[in-house]
Amino acid sequence: MAKIKGAVVVDRERCKGCEVCVVTCPTQTLALATEVNSKGYHFSYAANPETCIGCSNCAVVCPDGVITVYKVKIG
Amino acid sequence: MAEITFNDIIKPENLTYRKSRLMTDNVMHYCPGCGHGTAHNVLAEVLEEENLQERTVGITPVGCSVLMYNYIDVDFQEAAHGRAPALATAVKRLMPDKFVFTYQGDGDLAAIGTAETIHTCNRGENILIIFINNGIYGMTGGQMAPTTLPGMKSSTSPYGRDVSRMGSPIKMADIVALLPGTCYVTRQSVNTAGGVRKFKKALKKAVQYQNENRGTCFIEVVSNCPSGWKMTPVESNKWMEENMFPYYPLGDIKVPAE
Repeated sequence: MAKIKGAVVVDRERCKGCEVCVVTCPTQTLALATEVNSKGYHFSYAANPETCIGCSNCAVVCPDGVITVYKVKIG
Repeated sequence: MAEITFNDIIKPENLTYRKSRLMTDNVMHYCPGCGHGTAHNVLAEVLEEENLQERTVGITPVGCSVLMYNYIDVDFQEAAHGRAPALATAVKRLMPDKFVFTYQGDGDLAAIGTAETIHTCNRGENILIIFINNGIYGMTGGQMAPTTLPGMKSSTSPYGRDVSRMGSPIKMADIVALLPGTCYVTRQSVNTAGGVRKFKKALKKAVQYQNENRGTCFIEVVSNCPSGWKMTPVESNKWMEENMFPYYPLGDIKVPAE
């Protein structure tokens, strides 16, 4: 069976740390970082990149459009 | 099966989702988690996919989204408070080949601009009205709006909205749906991925109806205001689902016959 693997790229400097993407992610891939960006926000990052399925849910709910999603079919 | 690395996936041919090219690089001034940003992104995506950049005129309101013209790369006009539908009427009548939309909050559309909204819908002007309803005056500091829920606390109703003295929240979408001039009236949300995708479909329908000169399209978006409601973005979305959605049920209110 073909397996789908995804990857998310978060623009850390533009992220405002609202956590909406973290709640929306069905596979708990995203989390808020403990460190902050230059504006003082705990930015979102791919804490478990291997679980990402490239569903784009995080990117479509992101109010600031900081997430880009890639997806590839393997196997 | 060979192990695939992160860098193997990050390639242009694997791109699944990116921010719309019509969104400018300016950082939005909205608070973290605000539904305005999501609504802007979806609107820009639809304008890009429908190839409307060259022939769109947007009308910005007064409210948080007053600086919307900095974020979406299409032509804009700025209206006086509440007068966006009146200005949109003029633009559409003078330039009927343009795609004209207004983007208004509840203080703009449901309070000071009630007359313009209702009469524009009653005349059936061929425009799209996007109404962001977060039940509060966000920009000026969270005062009570006509759409504030019964019992909901705001800076001017610290004990909660008292319906006996202040009246009930106004359901603008249901009101304009009664008018013969409106073609398509729907209520959507942008707090979940599913909601965003439905909102996008609604916008595409509105574009189609405007191209066919069918009448006014009115899309209400039930949104949040984390700063005005004094909640975190995630809490505000949950509060909205529990309290706003029962009063403002999502879904199509008026759909034209095919």
